[in-house]
Amino acid sequence: MTSNQIKRPLGLQLLIYGFVLLWFILAAFPFFWTMWGSFKVELDFFSKGDWTHAISGVRTQAVYGESFTGAGYEGAWIQEEFWRAFSNTAIVCFFTVLTSLTIATLGGYALSRSGFRYSFWLLIIALVFRALPPITLVSGYLLPFYEWNVWGLLPTTIIVLVAINQPFTLWMLHSFFQTIPKELDESAKVDGCTQFQAFRHVIIPVMWPGVITAGLFSFLLAYNDFAVTAILLNQENQTMVPKIASFMGTTQTEGNVMFAVAAVVSAIIPLFLLVLFFQRQLVSGLTAGAVKG
Amino acid sequence: MKHKTFFWFFLPTALAMLLFIALPLTSIVSQSFHAPHEEVLLIAEICDPFGCKTESTIDHQATEQLKQDKPLGQWVGFEIYTDRNHLAFKEVAQFWHSRSSFTGFVSSLNNLPFYRAMGFTLTYVIVVTPLVILFGLIIALAVNSLHRHLKGLMVFFSLLPMIVTPLVGSLILFWMIDARGIVGSGLQEIFSDPNLSLKASTGLTWITLIVYGVWHSAPFAFIVFYAGLQTVPKETLESAMIDGATRFQQVMHVVVPHLAPLVAFVALIQLMDNFRVFEPIVGFSAEAHATSLSWIIWNDIGQEIRLLSSAATTSVLTIIGVVILLLPVLIKTWREFNPEK
Repeated sequence: MTSNQIKRPLGLQLLIYGFVLLWFILAAFPFFWTMWGSFKVELDFFSKGDWTHAISGVRTQAVYGESFTGAGYEGAWIQEEFWRAFSNTAIVCFFTVLTSLTIATLGGYALSRSGFRYSFWLLIIALVFRALPPITLVSGYLLPFYEWNVWGLLPTTIIVLVAINQPFTLWMLHSFFQTIPKELDESAKVDGCTQFQAFRHVIIPVMWPGVITAGLFSFLLAYNDFAVTAILLNQENQTMVPKIASFMGTTQTEGNVMFAVAAVVSAIIPLFLLVLFFQRQLVSGLTAGAVKG
Repeated sequence: MKHKTFFWFFLPTALAMLLFIALPLTSIVSQSFHAPHEEVLLIAEICDPFGCKTESTIDHQATEQLKQDKPLGQWVGFEIYTDRNHLAFKEVAQFWHSRSSFTGFVSSLNNLPFYRAMGFTLTYVIVVTPLVILFGLIIALAVNSLHRHLKGLMVFFSLLPMIVTPLVGSLILFWMIDARGIVGSGLQEIFSDPNLSLKASTGLTWITLIVYGVWHSAPFAFIVFYAGLQTVPKETLESAMIDGATRFQQVMHVVVPHLAPLVAFVALIQLMDNFRVFEPIVGFSAEAHATSLSWIIWNDIGQEIRLLSSAATTSVLTIIGVVILLLPVLIKTWREFNPEK
């Protein structure tokens, strides 16, 4: 590795740095641009004449006397009640993650400890379920949900999201539990524990790294979902992503686009923090499945 | 683990998947064979001094009753599958007979919603998947040769496009490529065409969506390949170097074969995810130029009167597509699990 680095010719070195810089700009610039622009008025954010206006905020200064304004955020969070969508998202994500981890931990553990043929088939079925686009299932939910009068409610959506998350979470936790040596719970069972006691006293204390990683991905699936939440929730219970989509439909008049921009930035911030604090877990989660094959 | 213990451990997750994945699947299949009820008409003969005429009125009560009794609607068999909005057998046959050339036939298929969506979905899958693998590999190779501190920073920023909500990510790019946005107006400057708009033509819209798709998914391939690069056997690399392999040859003959299983994994995940492409079409408001299978399902459900039967039919067709896509993987796993005796 180091020997490789020493001998690298200058041209290649430049090429590599140039490419990395280009990718860095592609990956990061749109976010910073939009965050910066969310504090401007629409004519600055979309400044056709002179793009530097978007940075300096000339029009914003003309309207508000300062080059930054929180008007977009005020409009989105208070006037359009984005806070409600935010709290709905928080509720949905919290309960989805909690429930899917609880049941997938039990299921994933059982799959990793059972050598029987059916456990293999269950994993294959889970893979097929994972491949189904969630939206294909949605039209199957609507009739029964209308019938039982549970359409539009948060708990209904949470249960659906938990179920849609299961195949993925199950796979992830299954491959995690396979890295925990079987001898650990086997010896506990020799000492007279039941399978559940072995799980409770031997496995639970050591499973947290895997569970946290699976929880992060389960959170992302719930947080980022659009198809299910947009169709299964009523106006009042809307989460952030469908709320943003509805901004696009209704507030195309001048000024209100900035509401959508502010809402979009508000929805990115939690994800930004997530990557900041859990980068290592996210990376290990992405690669866990791959290394296992 | 005993069967009984396994059962109890697995029961909650099995129930969740059974009730909310397997059952809805059967429900959409049966829904796809039913059309909504037609309204029940009351035909009455009304006679007045000027003569008699028949008048038909909607019998709301009977209609309601019918809907209550059979909420799925009336059985129509494969009628919805073959109608104009889905497989459109009649129209396709007609186009085929009146075709002047093969390309003319293909472009007239483009007028049928299902084939139009299928066309974009497949193009998206076929173009985005290899590009994601290629870019992911290049980024991984480049970042891997950086200094340790820079690596962490690059991983952090690379994760952003992937982790961000697809709808939100596509909106961010949508605003930038707007004719008044920074990229959109920049492109107008470069090509000195003040009317250039990425949203105006079908070709440009497709390119935009594909660029978004690569932007969104390349980080995933990057992270996976980057992790794989950390385990490249050093001895093999060194012996390749001693044997006089150039840098490029080392990559092609040592690194890439080492990453091959990971390429297969990324390809599998990407095929599944790209086939469901949906949010970018909403985010870029691209439905006039590009629709996908998921998008037409969404469009049917989102109507004022929810077109559940139509949506269910497209869903079934989409699921068949997913299964065909997965078939090679499933067959391979099957073979590995059942070695020939």
